[in-house]
Amino acid sequence: MSQISVRVDGVDYVDEVEPRTLLVHYLREQLGKVGTVVGCDTSNCGACTVHLDGEAVKSCTVLAVQADGAEVTTIEGVGRDGALHPVQKAFHEMHGLQCGFCTPGMIMASIDLLADNADPSEDEVREGIEGNLCRCTGYQNIVRAVQAAAAEMGTAEMGTGAQA
Amino acid sequence: MTAVEDAPATTAPEREVGKARRRKEDARLITGRTTWTDNMVLPGMLHLAVVRSPVAHAKITNVDVSAAREAPGVVAVLTGRDLADEQGSIPCAWPVTPDMVNPGHPSVAVDEVNHVGEAVAIVVGRSRTAAVDALELVDVDYEPLPVVLDMEQALAEQPDLCHDHLQSNQSFRFVFDAGEAGTGQDTEQAFAEADVVVSRRFVQQRLIPAFMEPRAVVVQPQGDNYTMWSSTQVPHILRLMLAMITGIPEHKLRVVAPDVGGGFGGKLQVTPEEVLSLLVARRLGKPVKWVETRSESLMSAHHGRDQIQYIDIAADREGNVKGLRCRILSDMGAYLRLVSPGVPVLGAFMYVGIYKFPAYRFDCQGVFTNKTPTDAYRGAGRPEATFAIERIMDELAVELGMDPLELRRKNWIKAEEFPFTTAAGLEYDSGDYDTATQQALQLLGYDELREEQRRRRESGDPVQLGIGFSTFTEMCGLAPSRVLGSLSYGAGGWEHASIRMLPTGKVEVVTGSTPHGQGHETAWSQLVADELGVPFEDVEVLHGDTSVSPRGLDTYGSRSLVVGGAAVVNAAQKVIAKARKVAAHLLEASEDDLDFTGGSFSVRGTPGTGVSIQEIALATFAAHNFPEGVEPSIDADATFDPVNFSFPHGTHICAMEVDTETGFVKIRKYACVDDVGTIVNPLIVEGQVHGGLAQGIAQALYEEAVYDDDGNLTTGTFVDYLVPSAADLPHFDTGNTVHAAPGNPIGAKGVGEAGCIASTPAVVNAALDAVRHLGVSDIRMPLTPERVWRAVHLGGDGGDRAPDRTNAQAVDSAQAASIAQGGDL
Ligand code: FES
Ligand code: FES
Repeated sequence: MSQISVRVDGVDYVDEVEPRTLLVHYLREQLGKVGTVVGCDTSNCGACTVHLDGEAVKSCTVLAVQADGAEVTTIEGVGRDGALHPVQKAFHEMHGLQCGFCTPGMIMASIDLLADNADPSEDEVREGIEGNLCRCTGYQNIVRAVQAAAAEMGTAEMGTGAQA
Repeated sequence: MTAVEDAPATTAPEREVGKARRRKEDARLITGRTTWTDNMVLPGMLHLAVVRSPVAHAKITNVDVSAAREAPGVVAVLTGRDLADEQGSIPCAWPVTPDMVNPGHPSVAVDEVNHVGEAVAIVVGRSRTAAVDALELVDVDYEPLPVVLDMEQALAEQPDLCHDHLQSNQSFRFVFDAGEAGTGQDTEQAFAEADVVVSRRFVQQRLIPAFMEPRAVVVQPQGDNYTMWSSTQVPHILRLMLAMITGIPEHKLRVVAPDVGGGFGGKLQVTPEEVLSLLVARRLGKPVKWVETRSESLMSAHHGRDQIQYIDIAADREGNVKGLRCRILSDMGAYLRLVSPGVPVLGAFMYVGIYKFPAYRFDCQGVFTNKTPTDAYRGAGRPEATFAIERIMDELAVELGMDPLELRRKNWIKAEEFPFTTAAGLEYDSGDYDTATQQALQLLGYDELREEQRRRRESGDPVQLGIGFSTFTEMCGLAPSRVLGSLSYGAGGWEHASIRMLPTGKVEVVTGSTPHGQGHETAWSQLVADELGVPFEDVEVLHGDTSVSPRGLDTYGSRSLVVGGAAVVNAAQKVIAKARKVAAHLLEASEDDLDFTGGSFSVRGTPGTGVSIQEIALATFAAHNFPEGVEPSIDADATFDPVNFSFPHGTHICAMEVDTETGFVKIRKYACVDDVGTIVNPLIVEGQVHGGLAQGIAQALYEEAVYDDDGNLTTGTFVDYLVPSAADLPHFDTGNTVHAAPGNPIGAKGVGEAGCIASTPAVVNAALDAVRHLGVSDIRMPLTPERVWRAVHLGGDGGDRAPDRTNAQAVDSAQAASIAQGGDL
């Protein structure tokens, strides 16, 4: 057993974990953060995507011990003060989900994509979320959602800029 | 972006049906507040892991579990022998012929394994890791038996046998002959008299449903009661079948499908793992959980498609079709599961498509092989039928030198000819194929693309362009019970709903149709809001728990809205009928003088006198002032069983670029116009079409479950089984024509499978259209760069079958039958 301290969705935890425990299992089984899900065993589906110190990672490819001292954000912690993150809202508005199993990972990957590219083209979105599989939507409405969120976040930023 | 805010509850609600309501379901799904089965933790819960066969066919000579039993954290290890007396057989509810052979399907193998991945033992651990760690300590001795993998060989003379105790590898032979059934002319004569006969052999490769949420089961024993949570499409069917298999009385079993992460037919099943979880929970008296890995899922959850189709079409020189003859080999895999044999039979009536064939014959053999069982996968039988007819129509067009669309138009049922009874005996209720096609052509920008195709051809461009059509219909809304009965299906096809009016005027809708991504909570709320005149937000939809929703037949076959939604509407109308009596009493008027609009009853001609449905709900709760002799309830139930299937249709057109130097194909444009009847929620309909297109295109271009010569699945992870990503799929241009389904209370026809059924042949036809002038006659799915390159460079079908007997072109059904029976060409 190894001891780790992590901050997950704004809460600090100190826990004993087996060295082989994957971050996703630590989140789900030890912290009860079951919003993050497991869809495969070969790091192909992206369902488990979370942010580790602000970068999107597939939490099935990270050991819990590697997250020692880090800050983790999951789908359960992206909203602020009870409000949805613009990407969450856009997925809802644009019907970017059906069964919703890929959705937590898809949203986390999309937020990361928009952090790198605030105004992606359709092709850039498609390539940017290539590591996340969805079996339900055919992706078109996910792409629409990401672009809509980009527009909204861009506008919000400009708004803030003008006020400053 | 405009947020859609809901209208305040006080104003008369505008019509909900037709509105692009954002889904109620999303709130929990986008925030991670979900109830996937794997999220469930119960006190003292044990974890199951399954030892699976690494060989395709063998006798089990010994199973040594002693080391595993001693492993840390292991509570029990159970073998097939341990459970032999109580496990029964996985049920097959669709004996398609009276003499169908069913070898029986143990949940865990006892003496013999028949496919790789079959369960051989179960390890029960205090944690999932403890159970999984002990798997490799279970020592199983296998004595190998010959492996049967190829359907044509399996039906040859003196083949190796998939099941030792059977006489042959054939499960059933199902024949529909229009001449014999009286729905058409004699097929043999039609072929004998035809000017032109075209014959092809098509291969529907094996596919894997690959729902994103792996299957999971939790069972909690409570005395002699059991509750099962399962990631299933069919909690009601599952409960009934589990009771029949295990002998646990039905009323002692509750099955719950919580949030379910997709199914596509793949969770329309009674799985060995569900049975085993229940048996282990019963034996140990403890809650248990089983969750599969993705590799386990791909290997052992049922597969789909896997047919060989020998298709003959007969026509005159002018292009009038005269007959269609289909001989199908359908791979059942090693066992029959819930509806395995029914899948090709569901297709049997759709091979004639939208065309006026005077003669038709369908002849299908179900074949056992040492592979994972096949069963329903989105479309189930109808994608296969649509592929065959839409591909062979193109081949006939080539043979006749006709434009493929002109040939279709010449033969399809005209709008004014509905209702039309086809040679397969189905009565198509409505449709307008011409209008849908015109719209689709425009959406695609057909003329410009044809022009570009001509330019590329003339200039010998290495990237060639092709355009492919699929003008399709499907039978949907699985029901009618009587028809299913005549096809020997083991259950009915009705659906149930009830509506509970709460004292505060809020409404609970209970549906027997269990969603797993389709948006029932939203669509049903829209239906009820319109019927009862209550706000959309005031409706709660309950489902998926047999103790909450006691009657139901669940979700598959594009049946939810068409059958389940109709039941909801009928229940709402019964609520209004009951409320009308109460309203008449409260308003001291005759029932006949009451109007019901916008959620209120009022006396005709007396404006201002009104009582709302919510007030009636409260008055009913109090029951202080109630009409004499009327029971104080306005709740209502309804069970809907339609008299006919519904027939959505549409025109799908694909424009495809084929790089003749690399074999890479790329969809340039995809346009489709579907008629799914009345649209309750355009967002949901569009989403269903998109998702269906993705899966249909994936069959054409990417996906295939491949077995090696020993019967090992070589596409057992998402590295090898190519579920497409966003970058692999094009933008879709979709549209609709709307012809309300006659005879359906909503006017809906069903949309869940349309995209998946229609798209596959459009894509393949497009690729062939791009390279046919280079001598290519066929390319087997999926259209991998290698296959395309070979076809372009070697001609024909790229030598796909060359080493094995013959090219498809030379074979017709009669010859094929003789090959299958071991004859020579
Ligand atoms: S579960 Fe992590 S990538 Fe699939
Ligand atoms: S919404 Fe079901 S997998 Fe993406």
